[in-house]
Amino acid sequence: MDIRSQISMVFHLDKCIGCHTCSVACKNIWTDRKGAEYMWWNNVETKPGTGYPTKWEDQSIYKGGWEKTDDGIALKGAGKQKGLLNIFHNPNMPMIDDYYEPFTYKYLDLIEAPAGDDQPTARPVSLITGKPIDIKMGPNWDDDLSGTQDYARNDPNLKNLSLAEQEAMFQLERMAFFYLPRICNHCLNPACVASCPSGAIYKRGEDGVVLINQNVCRAWRMCVTACPYKKSYYNWNTGKSEKCILCYPRIEAGLAPACMHSCVGRIRYLGVILYDADRIHEVASASDKDLIDKHMNILMNPFDPEVIASAKKNGIADSTIHAAQNSPTYKFVKKWKLALPLHAEFRTLPMLFYVPPLLPVMASLKEVNQSKQNEKLNPIAKVWDDNWLYDTSTEELWGTIAQARFPLKYLASLFSAGDEEKVKERLKKLMAVRIYRRFKTVGDIPEKKAHDVLKDVGYTPEMADEVYCLTSLAKFDDRFVIPAAHREQAIEMLEFTGDKKGSTGFGFKEETMERGL
Amino acid sequence: MTFNNFLFVALPYIAIITFVIGSIQRYRATGFKVSSLSSQFLEGRKLYFGSMAFHWGILAVFMGHLITFLFPTATLAWNSNPVRLIVLEVMAFTFGLSILIGLTGLFLRRLSTPRIKMVTNRMDLIIELLLLSQVVLGCWIALGYRWGASWFASDLSPYLWSIVKLNPQIEAVSAMPPVIRTHIVGAFVIIGMIPFTRLMHFLVAPFHYIFRPLQLVMWTWDRRRVRDPKTVWTVHRPKNN
Repeated sequence: MDIRSQISMVFHLDKCIGCHTCSVACKNIWTDRKGAEYMWWNNVETKPGTGYPTKWEDQSIYKGGWEKTDDGIALKGAGKQKGLLNIFHNPNMPMIDDYYEPFTYKYLDLIEAPAGDDQPTARPVSLITGKPIDIKMGPNWDDDLSGTQDYARNDPNLKNLSLAEQEAMFQLERMAFFYLPRICNHCLNPACVASCPSGAIYKRGEDGVVLINQNVCRAWRMCVTACPYKKSYYNWNTGKSEKCILCYPRIEAGLAPACMHSCVGRIRYLGVILYDADRIHEVASASDKDLIDKHMNILMNPFDPEVIASAKKNGIADSTIHAAQNSPTYKFVKKWKLALPLHAEFRTLPMLFYVPPLLPVMASLKEVNQSKQNEKLNPIAKVWDDNWLYDTSTEELWGTIAQARFPLKYLASLFSAGDEEKVKERLKKLMAVRIYRRFKTVGDIPEKKAHDVLKDVGYTPEMADEVYCLTSLAKFDDRFVIPAAHREQAIEMLEFTGDKKGSTGFGFKEETMERGL
Repeated sequence: MTFNNFLFVALPYIAIITFVIGSIQRYRATGFKVSSLSSQFLEGRKLYFGSMAFHWGILAVFMGHLITFLFPTATLAWNSNPVRLIVLEVMAFTFGLSILIGLTGLFLRRLSTPRIKMVTNRMDLIIELLLLSQVVLGCWIALGYRWGASWFASDLSPYLWSIVKLNPQIEAVSAMPPVIRTHIVGAFVIIGMIPFTRLMHFLVAPFHYIFRPLQLVMWTWDRRRVRDPKTVWTVHRPKNN
C-alpha cells in the first residue's frame, strides 16, 4: 500500500443552474490573455449537446485517453511511438475552429463614428487576426439548445440509444436537459502527463494537482490530443500548452478555487481523498464492467488504522489525514455512494466526481385541468391553453421510471461507462432522500413509506439527514475542506527558502513572458 | 585567397562559436521561448503537406550529410558499386525535392494564411528564405555536379575534419565551383543563425521521451525523510522550478 493524498472534487448536477459564474471567475483570473482567449479551463455544457470543443467525447475523432490492450493499457492517439511519429503534424489535434475563433466588437466605432444617416454598429473582429469576421461559434454557443439538430442530436452519448429512444428524448413536450460543468479532472492516471514528449506535465505528489511546466513545454501538442476531456489547451501565441491549475496558489493559501468559490448554486465540493498509488495501473486496466467499482475501491477509508499508518509513513501530514476524514468528497463518493466519475471508460481515473442529475429523469408531465386556475386570472393576462403540468413531486421511489424524460442509458453513457444499474442506484438514493425530507417537512407522506424507501436504498434516517445537510445547507467550510498546505511549507513548494535568507526585498521582477522568436 | 580564408576559415569558426555559445545563452536566459511554436492549431491542412514533406526530407538529407562527413571511407566503399551509388543519389535527391516542395508550401502558407501571418515574424521569413535557397542550391548541385555522395566524401569531408581539428585546409574547397561554395557558406550561415531563430527547437527534440516512464509525479521535497526526526536537516531543492 502506497497511500497518497489527492485533492478531489464533487459537482452536484441537480443543483447546477447553468449560470456560468464559475467560467467567468476562472476566465477573469487565468485566461484573459492573448492566445488564451478561446480557453475555458472551466466550462459549462448543456447536455445533450456537442460540448466544447465540439464532440470532445467522440474519441474516434480526437483519439484521447487510454485504450485497453492485451497486457494493460496504451494511449489511444499519442504515446511514445505514435507521439514521436506524429510530431511534425498531429492528425488528431482539435483546431481553433473546433473550439471557436475568439472575437470582440469594435465598440469604439459606436462613439467615434462620424455623424451620418445610419446608426453606427460595432462590428465583430477576430482576436487572432484583428480582421472583421462572421461569428460562426462562440463560448457556450449551444447553451440551452437541447433538442436542436445541430447540437443536441449530435451528442456522442446518443450513439448507444436506439432511434426511437432518441426521438422520445427530443419530443417538444418532453424535452429536457441539464448542465455539465467541467474542469480538469486532475486524474490519477493522467493521459496528458503520459503523452508529453518533453516531460513538461507532472502530477504534484503532495496534492495531486496536474500542472504544465511552462518553461519545459515545447509545443509538441500531444497533451491536447491525449486528454480525453480536452482540458489541455494550446496557446497559439506563446507556443505553450496550458490547463486548469486548480487555483493551486489559492489552495495553498487555504482558499477554494475561484470557480468553486464563486459557484452560485453551491454545487461544488472539494476535499482530500487518500488513495493507493500501487493499484493505479491495475485499476486503469480493469475491464469496462469493473472499472467503476475498482475506481471506487482505490479510494481508501481515511479512518482505517492501516491506511492512516501507511499515510503517515509516506509523510502525509496529520492535518491532511484529518481533512481526508472530514472530506465532503469522500462522503459523496464513498460513504453515500452518490457520485460517479465522468466517462470512466477513458481510463484516466478522474478525480472529479458528479452526482447525476435527478430532475431531468424524474420530472414528468401530467395532464391536469387548469381551467379553474385560469378563470382566476385577470382577463387580460396571457393564458396558455394547454393543460400540461411539469411535475417534480413524487411519492414513489421508482414509480416514475416509465415516464422518465431521460433514458437512463444516456446518463449511464456519461457517468458509468454504460452501466445503467450504477446510475439508477444513485438516482434512487437521491429520490429516497427527497421523499424522506418531504415526509419531515411537508408531512404528506406516511412515516412508514419514508422509512421504507430509505431502507430500500440502504440509508439510515441519520445518513439521509447528513446528505440533506451537505446538499442543501452546507456552509463554505463544509463544502471546501482544504488541507492545510502549511504556509511554512507552501513557500517551499515555490522556492528554496535558504536562497532568500539574508537577501533583501522581494527578489527579482521578471519580464513579462512574450512570444519567442 | 583572403576572401576564401574569410569564407572557409573565419566564417565556419564564427558560426560554430555563435551556435554553441548563443544556444546555451539563449536557453539559459530565455528558456521559456525555446519552443517549436507550432502553428498547427491555427491551420492544419496546408501544414500537413508542408511540414511532413519538409521535416522528413530534411531529417534524411541532414543524416546523409552527417554520415558522409563522419564516415567518408565507408561512404566511398558503398559508392564503389555504381548501382548502390545511383540508389543513394536518387534517394537523396528525392528527399531534397521533398524539402523543396514542403518548404515552398510552408513559405507560401506563412505569406497567404491570415491567421498564420499573425504568428510570423521577420526572422521566420528570413530563415525560411535562407533554407529555401540552400535547398535549391543543394538540388542544383545534385543534378549538375555528379556524384555528390562521392566527392563530398573525398573532398569536403577532409575539409570539414580539418576545421574540427583546428587546422583548416581550404585548397580543395577553394577550387570548387561557385554553386558548391555558396552552398557551403550558406550552411555555416544557417548554423550561426540557429540561436536567433525558431530552429532552436531541434536542439530540444524530445528523444528522452523514449526512455522515461510515462507517468511523472513530482514532490517538492522528500517528505518521508524530512518528517523523520532522526535524519539531519539536509538541503532539498524543489525539483519543479
